[in-house]
Amino acid sequence: MPFNIYDFSGTTKAIDQFLYAKMAPTWAFITELAIVGIIILLFYAVIGLYLVYLERKVCAFMQNRVGPNRVGKWGLFQTIADLIKLLMKELITIRKADKLLFNVAPFIVIIASFMAIAAIPFAKGLHAVDFNIGVFYMMAVSSIGVIGILLAGWSSNSKYSLIGAMRSGAQVVSYELSVGLALLSVVIFSGSMQLSTIVESQANGWWIFKGHIPAIISFIIFLIASTAEINRGPFDLAEAESELTAGFHTEYSGIRFAFFFLGEYMNMFIVASLAATVFLGGWMPLHIGNLQGFNHVMDFIPPIFWYFGKTIFIMYLIMWFKWTFPRLRIDQLLTLEWKYLLPINLVNILIISFIVLMGWYIK
Amino acid sequence: MNSVGKYFSDIFYGLKSLWKGLMVTGYYFVHPKQIVTQQYPENRKELKMFDRFKGEVILKHDENNFHHCNGCGICQLNCPNGSIEIITDSVPNEDGKAERIIDKHIYHLSMCTFCGLCVKSCPSNALAFSQEFEHAVFDRNKLTKVLNQPGSRIKKEPKEPNAPKPAIDTVPKSNPAN
Amino acid sequence: MQEVELQDILTAREDGDYIINIGPQHPSTHGVLRFVVSLKGEMLEYVIPHCGYIHRGIEKMCERLTYPQIIHLTDRMDYLSAHMNNEAVSLLVEKATGVEVPERVKYIRTILSELQRIQSHQLWWAAFGMDMGGLTCFFYGLRDREKILDIFEESFGSRLLHSYICPGGLMNDIHPNFQKRTKEFIKYFRKKLPEFDELLTGNIIFEMRTKGMGVLSKEEAISYGLTGPPGRASNFACDIRKLYPYSAYDKVDFKEILYTEGDTWARYKVRMDEMWESMKIIEQLIDNIPEGDFTAKMKPVIRLPEGEYSQRVETARGELGVYVVSKGEKTPYRMHFRTPNFSNLFVMNRLAAGNKIADLIAISGSLDLVIPDIDR
Repeated sequence: MPFNIYDFSGTTKAIDQFLYAKMAPTWAFITELAIVGIIILLFYAVIGLYLVYLERKVCAFMQNRVGPNRVGKWGLFQTIADLIKLLMKELITIRKADKLLFNVAPFIVIIASFMAIAAIPFAKGLHAVDFNIGVFYMMAVSSIGVIGILLAGWSSNSKYSLIGAMRSGAQVVSYELSVGLALLSVVIFSGSMQLSTIVESQANGWWIFKGHIPAIISFIIFLIASTAEINRGPFDLAEAESELTAGFHTEYSGIRFAFFFLGEYMNMFIVASLAATVFLGGWMPLHIGNLQGFNHVMDFIPPIFWYFGKTIFIMYLIMWFKWTFPRLRIDQLLTLEWKYLLPINLVNILIISFIVLMGWYIK
Repeated sequence: MNSVGKYFSDIFYGLKSLWKGLMVTGYYFVHPKQIVTQQYPENRKELKMFDRFKGEVILKHDENNFHHCNGCGICQLNCPNGSIEIITDSVPNEDGKAERIIDKHIYHLSMCTFCGLCVKSCPSNALAFSQEFEHAVFDRNKLTKVLNQPGSRIKKEPKEPNAPKPAIDTVPKSNPAN
Repeated sequence: MQEVELQDILTAREDGDYIINIGPQHPSTHGVLRFVVSLKGEMLEYVIPHCGYIHRGIEKMCERLTYPQIIHLTDRMDYLSAHMNNEAVSLLVEKATGVEVPERVKYIRTILSELQRIQSHQLWWAAFGMDMGGLTCFFYGLRDREKILDIFEESFGSRLLHSYICPGGLMNDIHPNFQKRTKEFIKYFRKKLPEFDELLTGNIIFEMRTKGMGVLSKEEAISYGLTGPPGRASNFACDIRKLYPYSAYDKVDFKEILYTEGDTWARYKVRMDEMWESMKIIEQLIDNIPEGDFTAKMKPVIRLPEGEYSQRVETARGELGVYVVSKGEKTPYRMHFRTPNFSNLFVMNRLAAGNKIADLIAISGSLDLVIPDIDR
């Protein structure tokens, strides 16, 4: 089986032919689906665990302390120990809570982020679901997550949860507009919504450099708006620990709480990979114009490392925001969106359309 | 025009202030030498408390197992919440007269508030604070300690100027409370 | 928004009010305090504070303790201003018995009060930042506070509850390293305090959340009995160190910090500026401590002559008053503490009604309440 770390399409084709040769076409198809599903599940779980560990270490270094360092070397098994502890906890059922909705809510959040991960290009040829409306699909699917939050708040039958869920619902729905418009700017630049086409159009340079100032403005707006989308950073009053004791997931315990927690970190991962794919070139190495030697050195690093490096950089930025800034109040948050981000976004889109029409960007 | 100008100047002012905050945390992120955490159980050998640290109250014993407590009970009177109980005994001394000696000097570590009045008011300078801070036990009865070690006796002081130096410096002999 | 009187709402709560409890176990109330809050959507209609969860009967316990034994109880009222509480009772006893303490004692007491004030404001900043959501502020504030706690531990043996200042003077002399460490600390903290400003004060998010919110005018501050930094933020000049100087405060030159706006931002700035002023006071005193005894000669048993006595000091949170009725015995007949936090607490309803829940947290953080002081 050929294994080329620079181009996974050879490997996937070989597995495809192997399966179709061995079994009937229907069974081969179902086996392929199962393999992809299991790999994504494992990937999701492992990345989720290590993201929690990464956040704890990053925040510890910013706060002049060490972070987890006892469980395993450098504390690497800390999250696994936490997961085992959460699995062993009692699942408290609440009297007079709506049982069906209460149990279903964490799953909706997880399913939404699963569906979004499937559409991300990890490397050349490692792209599970390649729609021609890739960007639109990611936006649509990540909006399903807010239903999970609202259901969780409502069905908990508790005043704290209800307040938290209502705040969060208003916040997420407002900021989706800004996220969509910011992504639209790169769609205008590259001319297609398909994620693999967007990545390939950045072969001679990333859109954040090729699209100069409007693209940088779009990038900043995308970062701010997506931090608000995922209920993180200075916009986390849905779960503000110092105000409402955990907001919409107050009443969840054990593995259900672990799902919300995991879902939040995976949403951060998805948002970071979307930013990396659309603005920073996905798995494309950094090429600078005609510097052949430099470009050769950059090509030497496999694309999958480029992808993860960029994603981790953006996640670091998101974590940096969270641990530095105080929290915004709900009305200030909505003011920020409707009075500042949205007008700037609209004007930016106008400017970008004009620039693309006149050709005033690096093609 | 004024409000448009204010709109943009607000944005720039806001972004600048946010950037300054980010620089502060970013500085600490890339300087791991500034970490102040001490890894506790691993550094027990090097960990030394200050000399005057109030760990617990002890009766000072020297190397021949002599202490200075004559059972007067002034510390028991001064303790605000009854953490000290003195039990004395009466034995005949070398002149044949009955003399009071200390039988048990019971100290309830669980109730002590570390106010220091017992140490300060002892007329024979018998009590002091030790720097021991690891007091956690599984059984509450272990926190009631008898301070005079078994087999120890009071050191008969000849009235000489070389009185033993106390562990903390210059405690006055006059007692503000009795 | 009509003014709701506290007496009316303590008894009349209608059905249909959406009532939630904030506390007694809550990360933000810094102690066991319960707020019964009535909400309309996100707006607060009224706030009723319920205190008394940590009432230990300190005033009653004082009735059977002698005066030196009372000192260790006053530590535990407002534990972040422990020295000042001790000083209040010691000054009262010295005034009543007519004992004159040596100059050295006065200087050291003033330096300790100012160090205690800086330490209390550092902890306030750490907790306030954390309530606002900037969790890193907590660690930076506490890291700098450790240096002061090291100074205290070296001289007195304990970090928080010292019972060091006693009637007649001090328990024992300061450590020889005290002056050196204090000077090092001041040099270190002068560099670090601007960092606090960069992280929190200058931040646009923080300014948006605190400016213009929870405004209290000067007349209302006086009528509620609000002292300390919240009072001075409403332009009420209530600093006891200036009005009735005690210890060595008449020998130092410092400014009384007054702001006129009376909102949360002003209350915040008063405390930040007070930290600078305290450092100035310490610098003026630290090199000039006169030699001498560390205690005056007191009788073995202290008896206050028959009568009533009182004394006020300025703690980190406001004016602490001690009032003693003595019948000539060695224990007081009745002892009462007028604590600043008790008066500061009951302005919550006036300030928070009509604002949002997030503002409630910001306001209670800016009032800087320490709950054991309310309940004694």
